[in-house]
Amino acid sequence: MAEVEETLKRIQTHKGVIGTIVVNAEGIPIRTTLDNSTTVQYAGLLHQLTIKARSTVRDIDPQNDLTFLRIRSKKHEIMVAPDKEYLLIVIQNPSE
Amino acid sequence: MPVPQKTGAAKAKQGPNSLPKATASKGTKAASKKKDDEDGADLGEGGEDWTQGKTLVKPPDQLDLTEAELKEEFTRILTANNPHAPQNIVRYSFKERSYKAVSSVDQLAVHFVLDGNLLHRDSDEARRQRAKQGLPEENPMDAAVETDEEKTETPAAEAEEEAGEEGGAEERPDSVEVKGGGQKAANQFNFSERASQTLNNPLRERECQTEPPPCANFSATANQWEIYDAYLEELHKQEKIKEKQKALPTKKDEDKGKKKMMMVEMQSDDISKVSKAAKIVERMVNQNTFDDIAQDFKYFEDASDEFRDQEGTLLPLWKFQYDKAKRLAVTALCWNENNRDLFAVGLGSYDFTKQGRGMLLFYSLKNPTYPECTYHTTTGLMCLDIHPKLPHLVAVGFYDGCVGVYSLKEEGTQPIYKSTAKSGKHTDPVWQVRWQGDDMDHNHNFFSVSSDGRVVSWTLVKNELVYTDIIKLSLEGSPSDGTEGMQLPTMACGTSFDFHKQIDYLFLVGTEEGKIHKCSKAYSSQFLQTYDAHNMAVDAVKWNHFHPKVFISCSSDWTVKIWDHTIDTPMFTFDLNSAVGDVAWSPYSSTVFAAVTSDGRVHVFDLSINKYEAICQQPVVAKKKTKLTHIQFNPEHPIVIVGDDRGYVNSLKLSPNLRKKPKVSRPRPKGTHNGSAVHSPFGPSMIFLFFFISFFCRHSYIPIIT
Repeated sequence: MAEVEETLKRIQTHKGVIGTIVVNAEGIPIRTTLDNSTTVQYAGLLHQLTIKARSTVRDIDPQNDLTFLRIRSKKHEIMVAPDKEYLLIVIQNPSE
Repeated sequence: MPVPQKTGAAKAKQGPNSLPKATASKGTKAASKKKDDEDGADLGEGGEDWTQGKTLVKPPDQLDLTEAELKEEFTRILTANNPHAPQNIVRYSFKERSYKAVSSVDQLAVHFVLDGNLLHRDSDEARRQRAKQGLPEENPMDAAVETDEEKTETPAAEAEEEAGEEGGAEERPDSVEVKGGGQKAANQFNFSERASQTLNNPLRERECQTEPPPCANFSATANQWEIYDAYLEELHKQEKIKEKQKALPTKKDEDKGKKKMMMVEMQSDDISKVSKAAKIVERMVNQNTFDDIAQDFKYFEDASDEFRDQEGTLLPLWKFQYDKAKRLAVTALCWNENNRDLFAVGLGSYDFTKQGRGMLLFYSLKNPTYPECTYHTTTGLMCLDIHPKLPHLVAVGFYDGCVGVYSLKEEGTQPIYKSTAKSGKHTDPVWQVRWQGDDMDHNHNFFSVSSDGRVVSWTLVKNELVYTDIIKLSLEGSPSDGTEGMQLPTMACGTSFDFHKQIDYLFLVGTEEGKIHKCSKAYSSQFLQTYDAHNMAVDAVKWNHFHPKVFISCSSDWTVKIWDHTIDTPMFTFDLNSAVGDVAWSPYSSTVFAAVTSDGRVHVFDLSINKYEAICQQPVVAKKKTKLTHIQFNPEHPIVIVGDDRGYVNSLKLSPNLRKKPKVSRPRPKGTHNGSAVHSPFGPSMIFLFFFISFFCRHSYIPIIT
């Protein structure tokens, strides 16, 4: 447990990282370092996107699975790591 | 009913009856009329008529009325109302669920109904009937006459006869019988056919409405992968059931343990499940941050190499550091053969006065900021080796003389095997460990060398390490000299060793005294050969990856030497102006090797290009005092990692000039060889062989070792 906590802490303190959100299977954020409204928005939208992306990958090959999703935008990079029950979302400003 | 009344009146006319009769009849009429009023429209009147028709008997108590009384008129009104009909019928209304008065009442009353079946005598039907009954045909004639006569009579008489016929219905058959001559004829009138309809039960409709059951819409599409998942789940279930059946007897104890574990884990459930995701994200965050380094690692080639002719450079890439390892020195480095981005770092101290804790770290190139794995040890780690085929097994040697084996698969912070004082542990620091191929019983085993002068083979048997002394080093050339008791103080201190790549039994041991012994596993008491290599401790000795006869050694006496193991004297000697910590052959070329010195420099040599000087000498540490301790080539990528005595590990990319692969078609001309200032036994044919082997190996990527 402590190991994961440490990892999350390291991620959060890493250069350029804006926020870390852990989202459960229902799309409800259970842990965040951002403010409430931003968290809810990110969690809701990315949860849907991840489900869709995963479905796409699995439709192509059922034995395959989505392991990571990164969205490079003008301002940020949004990284989504889906686990069995949780999503880990990290928003980073890579140019910082 | 007017007919009978008329007949009554007619009879009165016909008969000899005088007034009183008439009055009587009138009286009866009146009475009957009264009765009418009382009893209803035509109740019993017909019947009375029949009886009165024949016998006009005057009852004795009849009133005698005067003429005036008789003429008196009584006005009666007949109404259509049935006095017996009930006025207050109520019926249950299902519609309104209550009793309701019925407004319309049936006023019709039927007292007597009789269907007649008289036939006219002359009609065809009557004739047929007669014929059937066998009556003579005359009768109709008579009847016809009779009817003719009757026709002449007044209709009243006719009516009378009719009445008579009706009234004397019983007499008729007799007369017919008489006429028919004893033949029995059916009673034509004493026959009635009745039909009646029973009341039909009224039809009832009954309805009620129930509350609609709750319903919900559900729709879904079954993807291919959903079906796949469902099947897989079912498969797992079946497997579990099978396992359960098998493991039923031993289950109880496990369950208890599991429950306890569950209790502990329950609280941490939420976050611990994202551990894998967190690891991925951490790597990605690092990749973003160190994007330029990653690009350099993959694509950057130093363009200036072309103009520099033969010299090359080292491009610093990631720097691996861990806060908790800051005060320790890197004592060992080893790449993982299977995952070429992963390497192990052993941390301890080379300073005799500052011994303390140690550490075993695993770094991935994908995450330079934090180690993948950490193991803390109470004494300093001096050496390590990752098993080439089972990359989760790591053999380590400690400063206190212990050897141990860590397994990355096992959870926990302690080694899965560790030698103890009882099981032949070394009495001095272990300077090098090295995995060997499995023995005949398929047990894994490794060798270790220590300052106590022993080379020991360790075998992993179930839960313990079994040791076998391979050789004991003595200061004299041959360890068998002298008595057993005197040997101990004269022990040489082994500091490094290396096994021949092809010849299984052959290995070299470097000692603190600067000697290198060529030994065999088969002879535990004898050296095959001893080289007077260095003036100080031999820090590393390594066989060439390609050439089966060549090995390299380095020492704190500032020199690196290259040897042919069949010759006592070195082929090359290089003075690096500082204590040499480590030397390593490159995996891609037989002529390239790199050495690190305590002045913080990395020296890269390529003997095919320059036999006298390094083609690259580059300081790679930030602080001047930092000493470099170890160097390792990555087996795949063109990078080296170097460790220093501050616990840092640097990765450096070799520029194109430093990783030139030798060409087969270009044997060295004699001139260069002759100009060699260093004592070199390399002949031209030798060099050719050198290149040929290295070329072969590079292209097939299979070292010649079997």
